[in-house]
Amino acid sequence: MARKHNEADDPQSLVLRLPASTPLPLESGLDLAPLQIAYQTYGTLNAAKSNAVLICHALTGDQHVASENPVTRKPGWWANMIGPGKPIDTNRYFVICSNVIGGCMGSSGPANTDAATGMPFGTDFPVITISDMVRAQARLIDHLGIETLLGVVGGSMGGMQVLAWASLFSERVFAAMPIACAAKHSAQNIAFHEVGRQAVMADPDWRRGRYFEAGVEPVKGLSVARMGAHITYLSESALQRKFGRKLQDRAAPTFSFDADFQVESYLRYQGMSFVERFDANSYLYLTRAMDYFDLAADNGGSLAAAFRKTKTRFCLVSFTSDWLFPTTDSRQIVHALNANAAPVSFVEIESDKGHDAFLLDEPTLFRTAHGFLDAAASARGL
Amino acid sequence: MSVENSVIRADHRLLADMVEAGTRVLDVGCGDGDLLAYLAKAKRVDARGIEISREGVAACVSKGLAVIQGDADTDLFEYPDNCFDYVILSQTLQATRRPRVVVEQMLRIAKNAIVSFPNFGHWRIRASLLFQGRMPVNENLPDSWYDTPNIHFCTIRDFVALADEVQAKIVRAEALDAAGKPVRVAMPWWFWNLMGEQGIFWLARK
Repeated sequence: MARKHNEADDPQSLVLRLPASTPLPLESGLDLAPLQIAYQTYGTLNAAKSNAVLICHALTGDQHVASENPVTRKPGWWANMIGPGKPIDTNRYFVICSNVIGGCMGSSGPANTDAATGMPFGTDFPVITISDMVRAQARLIDHLGIETLLGVVGGSMGGMQVLAWASLFSERVFAAMPIACAAKHSAQNIAFHEVGRQAVMADPDWRRGRYFEAGVEPVKGLSVARMGAHITYLSESALQRKFGRKLQDRAAPTFSFDADFQVESYLRYQGMSFVERFDANSYLYLTRAMDYFDLAADNGGSLAAAFRKTKTRFCLVSFTSDWLFPTTDSRQIVHALNANAAPVSFVEIESDKGHDAFLLDEPTLFRTAHGFLDAAASARGL
Repeated sequence: MSVENSVIRADHRLLADMVEAGTRVLDVGCGDGDLLAYLAKAKRVDARGIEISREGVAACVSKGLAVIQGDADTDLFEYPDNCFDYVILSQTLQATRRPRVVVEQMLRIAKNAIVSFPNFGHWRIRASLLFQGRMPVNENLPDSWYDTPNIHFCTIRDFVALADEVQAKIVRAEALDAAGKPVRVAMPWWFWNLMGEQGIFWLARK
């Protein structure tokens, strides 16, 4: 617990600390100050500062996109996409990835210490939105002296941030690649998130968000939340292919509530390993931010209005078996962009791996990302 | 992409010749993007595409072309009026569900529409029907009637009539022979309808 606390206050990555005198105004009307943004960079920013690509991470991702994660000791979560000679080539591009605000890996969030009390913010941390995350990232981009990003790329919640970037800061985004996402969170997705939050809050160790003071963590609740969510990231056919009805290290059912089935054992493992690296309150805040996301509502009910007169080039990607953010969600965004005659590409990739496909070895995704960024770089004279 | 050096299909070259440089072009049914890539490179157009097959779209986007997965029958409605200078429909008209609506939509979103299609009035097709009593299967139309994606075949004369019905002006028309070469003789429609394997029409709003 102390470890997690430290990662929030003193992350093992680059950190931008902005003083209380420059607060970040939040959508809720509150101010966030001081603002802390933990980030990683890969590659070299060119003299013209025109080769920067911002990567936006998903719900439980972090800034360690292409290098070993200091907490899990695992490779970066998108190491197959980003690196020297990879589809997003760090020999060519300057890649930036920051932990979202509300997160627990070093950007301002509920696990950070409130200077006023010396205790973690917990649920005193203000509720934040996807736009707030993006405005915080814009502070970082300002700090790095970058006027216009060559690309903003991300999947799932990261894709929502890409859309918010393109809508709020159109002139600062040359090319946008939102993957496996939607312009609004659906009722079904809000419902799944609510089940996850209720699991966390039903854990007696949650203690209304003030668990750090008590030296405990709602690991049971958070792990159940993760188990439920993890199912939504897969697909029926992927679960069938991977596990079927196979039993776990036994020849016959035990007539008990042990993890008889491999799929049960797998989910329990996913839940338990998740709580080692993630803060329960952060999980509440970030799922809430996704629930509130509705780009059309932010623009008078018209999604097309969110991209009015955009000069940004877009490339959207969806996966056939993704039922969390199905192709129809991406197509809605494509329609809104077409209504603006915006330069847009849209690829639906055949995969049975569900929502998680965007993080996995999908050659078509790699080719698409490479080709799209390459064309953007050429158009920008790189 | 060494587009300039690559061999471009004869009908594509003819289509490309109709397009003014530096304009905005939408290619509906753009396949692997060969024509779009050529237009982008050789004519410096703002090139966009719609393609129904996933593989085709992926191929186009990895080449850096702005192409969406979509359908001529449904997706043209989304575009605002006059947002392109040209809409191209190359070898796709016969596969649409409502060809007339598609052509009307093309002429709504652009002043110019360029359409190429296999001519069902060609003598070889007539001969196949007349002498064998069978639907034609040849190198240009390789599929049997039961698995062809082509559901709305027409002849050059049919298309001339359609252009009239949708009140479009025929700016230029070409008939291509079996070798893909234009039939360069000024002849009445009935002759082109007999000798042309493909028709290419450049329509404009009246």
